[in-house]
This record gives sequence, C-alpha cells and structure tokens, in this order.
Amino acid sequence: MNFIPAANPCSGLEGDFYAQRFALEAHEDSLILNMGPQHPSTHGVLRVILEMDGEYILRCEPVLGYIHRMHEAMGQNRAYVQYFANMGRVDYLHALAWNWAWAGAVERLAGIEVPARAQFIRVICTELNRINSHLLWWGAYLLDLGAVTPIMYAFEDRERIMDILQEPTGSRLTYSSFRFGGVVADISSDFVRRARALIARMPERLAMYHELVTGNAILRGRLEDVGVVDQAMARRYGATGPVLRGSGVAYDVRRAEPYGVYDQFDFAIPVQDAGDSMARYQVRMDEIETSLAIIGQALDGLPEGHFMNPDAPRGKWTPPVGESYFAVEGARGKIGIYLASDGSDTPYRVKLRSPSLSNLSLFPELAKGTLLSDAVAILGSLDLVIPEIDR
Amino acid sequence: MTLESIPDELIRLAVALVALMAFIAANGIMLLYVERKVAGHVQRRPGPFEVGPHGLFQALADAGKLVGKQLSTPAGADPLLFWIAPLMAFMPVPLMFIAVPFGQNLWGLETNLGIVLILSFAGFNVLALCLAGWASNNKWSLLGAARAVAQAVAYEIPLLLSVLAVALMTGSLDLRVIVAHQGGWPWQWNVAVQPLAFFIYFVCSVAETNRAPFDLPEAESELTAGVHTEYSGMGNGIIFLAEYANMLVVSCVATVLFLGGFNGPILPGPWWFLAKMYLLVTLIIFMRWTYPRVRFDQLLNLSWRWLTPLALANLLLTAFFAKLWGGA
Repeated sequence: MNFIPAANPCSGLEGDFYAQRFALEAHEDSLILNMGPQHPSTHGVLRVILEMDGEYILRCEPVLGYIHRMHEAMGQNRAYVQYFANMGRVDYLHALAWNWAWAGAVERLAGIEVPARAQFIRVICTELNRINSHLLWWGAYLLDLGAVTPIMYAFEDRERIMDILQEPTGSRLTYSSFRFGGVVADISSDFVRRARALIARMPERLAMYHELVTGNAILRGRLEDVGVVDQAMARRYGATGPVLRGSGVAYDVRRAEPYGVYDQFDFAIPVQDAGDSMARYQVRMDEIETSLAIIGQALDGLPEGHFMNPDAPRGKWTPPVGESYFAVEGARGKIGIYLASDGSDTPYRVKLRSPSLSNLSLFPELAKGTLLSDAVAILGSLDLVIPEIDR
Repeated sequence: MTLESIPDELIRLAVALVALMAFIAANGIMLLYVERKVAGHVQRRPGPFEVGPHGLFQALADAGKLVGKQLSTPAGADPLLFWIAPLMAFMPVPLMFIAVPFGQNLWGLETNLGIVLILSFAGFNVLALCLAGWASNNKWSLLGAARAVAQAVAYEIPLLLSVLAVALMTGSLDLRVIVAHQGGWPWQWNVAVQPLAFFIYFVCSVAETNRAPFDLPEAESELTAGVHTEYSGMGNGIIFLAEYANMLVVSCVATVLFLGGFNGPILPGPWWFLAKMYLLVTLIIFMRWTYPRVRFDQLLNLSWRWLTPLALANLLLTAFFAKLWGGA
C-alpha cells in the first residue's frame, strides 16, 4: 500500500489511509468520528467517516469494500447455472429478485422460453420475498431509532413467510431456486393455502403496525423533514426503488419495463411526495400491501402446466455469443445485470447494477448539517444491504 | 467504650445504611430479572427461562458472569478517573435513600431537609457519567458524556420546580411531614392537587435516570453504548446497578411527594410504599420497551420550551393559592 507519499502530509494524524485523507480537509476544532465498520446501525460492515462539530455533521464520506467478495469476477469464472448461488448472497434480503435478474439476463441472451406457471411461481415467491425484506427493514429501522420491540413483531410475520418460501425454494434466506426456463420446484396446494392465509392475516398486522408505530409522535418527530430528497436530487444520484418513489417519482421497473408476467397484474405504485424519511417509510409499508395484492392475483390466476421448460438447458451449457441486459425491481430499487457471452461455458463479463450503491451515494449530501441521530435515521431510511454495495 | 456510649442516631444510621445496601443490591438483581421478563413479554417471547424456574436465577447468573469478567482499562484512558466513575455513580445512591420514610418510624436519618438531601446527591450521577465519558478516551463515550451533561442540566430545573410546588403547598422540605400531609386514599394524595407537577416530575425523572425514551447518553444504536462503551465486567455492572437504584430513588421520591407515601388503608405502611414504588418502576420499565428514542434537540426543546415554563406556571399558581388559602 504505497498510496501515501514519502513526505506524508498526514504524519502525526490518527487512523488509516481513508481517515487520514479525510482529516486533511478537516476544519479546525472539529471531531473526526469513525462510524463503522462495526457499528450497530450501519447494518453490516459499512464504514462512514464523519467530521463533527459537536453533534452536527459537517462532512461525511462512506468507505466501502469491507465485504467485497468479487461477485462479478466469480460470475466470469463459473458455469452459468452455478451463479445462482451467488445471487442469493449479493442481496441476502431480496435474493429472489437477484435470482430473477440473472435468470432473465441469460434467458434473454439465449432466447429460452419460460412456461406460464413458472412465471407465476416466480412472481409469487419474489413478492413474498419482497414483503420479507421490507418487514426486516421495518424492524431494523425502528431498532436504529431506539424502539427495540417492533423487530420482534416483524420477525413473527417474517418467520411465517420464510416457512412458506421454504417449501418451493429449499432454503430460508439465501434463496437460489430459479433456473433458466423456470424454477427448481413446483408449488403445492398446501403452499397456496398457506400463502392465502398470509394474505388474509397481513392486513390486520399492518394495521396494528400503523397504529402502534407509524402514528407515534416520537417516531414522526424523528422522521418527518429528516433527509429530504427532492426529485432532482434523486435523479442526479440515480436513486431507485422506495427512495425514488418517496420523492414523488412513480418509477417501478415492474411497470416501466414489465418483465415476466407483471403486465398481467393490476397494482398501484405507492408514491409519496414529501421525500423525507417518513415518505420512504410510508412507501415501503404501502409496498407490502401492493405485494400482497399481486400475490393474491397471481394465486387466483395460477395456470396449470410445467414449472420448468422441458427444453431448457441443464448443468454445464454454452449459450450463443452475444450480450443482454435485464432489469428487475428489487426491494431496494432497480437491479440490473449486464451479461456478455463469448460462446464459452462461462460468461465473458457480468456487471451487476445494485440499487444500494446508488442509494448510498445520496447519504453524504443528505447527512451534511444534520445531527448524528438524524444521520442514523437517514442511513436506515435508505435501506442499505452492504454486500450489495460491495458485491 | 460501651455500646451505650455510641449515640443512638449513629447506630440507627449504620443499621439503615447496611439495610439499604442490601435493599439496593437485592432490588438490582430483581429488577434486572423483571426488566428482562417484561421486555420478553412485551416482545411476545417468554424472556429468560433456562436458569431456575421461569428463569428466576438468570439475574444471579448474569451478576456472576459480570463479576467473573476481566476489568480492562482502554489504552490512553485515565485509569484513576476511569475507575472512580462507576464508584461515583453508585456511592451517592444509598445516601439518597436514608431520608426516605418507608413506613411509620422507618427511616434512616431524621432530617427536615430530606428533599434537599436527595436532590443534591442526585447531582452526582451526571458527574459520574461525565467522568466516565471523558476518561474512556473514546469519542463515542465523549459524545455520550456531553449528552448526559446537557440532559441533566435541562431536566433538573423542571424537576426541582415541580418538587418545589409540593414543598410550597406543604410548607416543609421534610419528607415525613409531606407524607403526613397526605391521606391514605388517592383523592387525599398530592397528585390529586398537583397532577401537572406529578407529570412533570415523572417525565423529568425518566430523563434524569437516562431511561428510554430519554436514554440519549447511552443510545445504543447511535453512540454504540455511549458512556458505557469501554466498561467491562463489574465496571459496567456497577453503572447498571446505579441506574436501577436511581430508578428506585426517583420512584421512592414520587411515592412520597405525590402518591401519599406509606399511607394506605388496611395493610401496614411499608407494603403500600413498596407497592406504589414498584408500580412506578414497572411503568418506567414498560416505557423503555415501548417507545422510540427522541432526538437530542427534541429532548432539550421539550424541557426548555414545555416543561420548564409549565413547571414555573405551576409553581406560581401554587404559591398564589397557598397564600390565598393560608397554606403554611
């Protein structure tokens, strides 16, 4: 590591390379504070260096790379189907959206047909997974805000969904159950029954959450007008997902460029105009309802047929030369996978576009001038998954 | 020197202090269990269940674990100040209890300045947190200490003002006189006359003891653990014990000032006292597991914009009526 020149202008300063670089521009009498990579509210291993004046943040800079696992390079070194296992680990909270993105990119490249039943199973499982992701976010976010109880309620619901998803996917968190041309297993009538029970149960749970938490005066005081992202700013940083929709832009990949069978469903895109943390909170809570509506319609319209294209390639396989791009709507925003094939049995290039990275880039501007507590509230409202940022 | 030559007062004080130490330690252990059990049930889980029947001995096991841990002083810390801080947090606590009348003739020290004694010793707590934060040589602890000081300054004023209203009404700073001034039934308690003062006192006392939703000096999700960050083993244990003991103190004082102290029908006084005290303690515990944490500026705004002016107005009204009706 020879980044620091011999005549080190930082000599005498504390910290590593990043902290020293950061400290070079520090104001007089300010406090350089290192938040993370082990901090309770950076959720994983995000590190943020803060320059503080008392409790106020003058400047901050995220430092990435603490959980960089070279997912893109790994994609270029293994058979196409093997990469599904990585997808479950890029975003462990909405693994099925990444599964779908990878399956979609390869199917588009090789022109593989997906049977209707498989499409519906994909929709149902992905939306269940999205609810799971939002529920976990809800609990963890309130934990950041000092309310320690809601996460236990969220996990009660989450547990049910994981039990349901366990059957068709074979795992509970890092799902990798999609395949080119379908999914790995069919859903049973028991699955349908349990999913319907969940749809019946969730509205009253959500009503309880809103009654106990959303309406709380302390919570509103902590979230309203904190971390306001206007439309222009959201677009400037390429923010997507609930962050963008919380700023009044009704952009949802499921509607804007429908993939799978999403064009067959009737669902509203939750949008809030305020752009503050409360708006993002509200958008995510409303999205749970949207997902429930989609699952209900998908269960009603579930066609008979194959859950897997019988002609789809299995195991090691060589797609045609070419390139493709496939985007899906993840719980955090737009997930995009660019894939280039040179006709060998491993991809030539895989590029992952993750929503958390672009959403995180909002943070330094948002946090400027806020209190430390607000910074925690803002960071939480962006719903970051750190492995997705580092990839 | 015979036993008779020792003044009675001194013997009484010594016995009271020993009894109070035992009371505080037993309560610390018990409240730890109650807190974890309440937290468990609020969160729809059983809470501690493995050690002993219904996890009754969990708190003892926790205490054993804390005692067994190594005490480590962080690099660059000031060892003397660093280890004085937990002692200073705990030291004034038994002294605060000695003036509290637990029952008829059941008090450690006969003084007509009980309130002053308690309030003055209560000030030590913030000094201890300040020392702990400063001596830890940790920026998070330092921020916690800064919060602790600002919070204590902001909340001690309305707390004093609300207590003063009761003192004015009763015409005494003697806790025993204040208790005697009230009757056994709720409508004879001071809270019936001074509901606003009780409300202000209760909010301020939660803030004074750094309990959620006002646990900003600790603020786990913001300041890792604030002033406690660097303390290991019993250093942390004593700070926690002091926190629980402070919770007891503020509940005791609230019971004496507003809830009729040991007055009550049928049952002997001490039972009534303990029942009222534990009711308040449980309320404080419930609040911790229910609400999100307030922000720092909101905390200060609440005190300076609402509680302090309200307490002042309340004091003025009390003085006016006390004069009007020839209160003492």
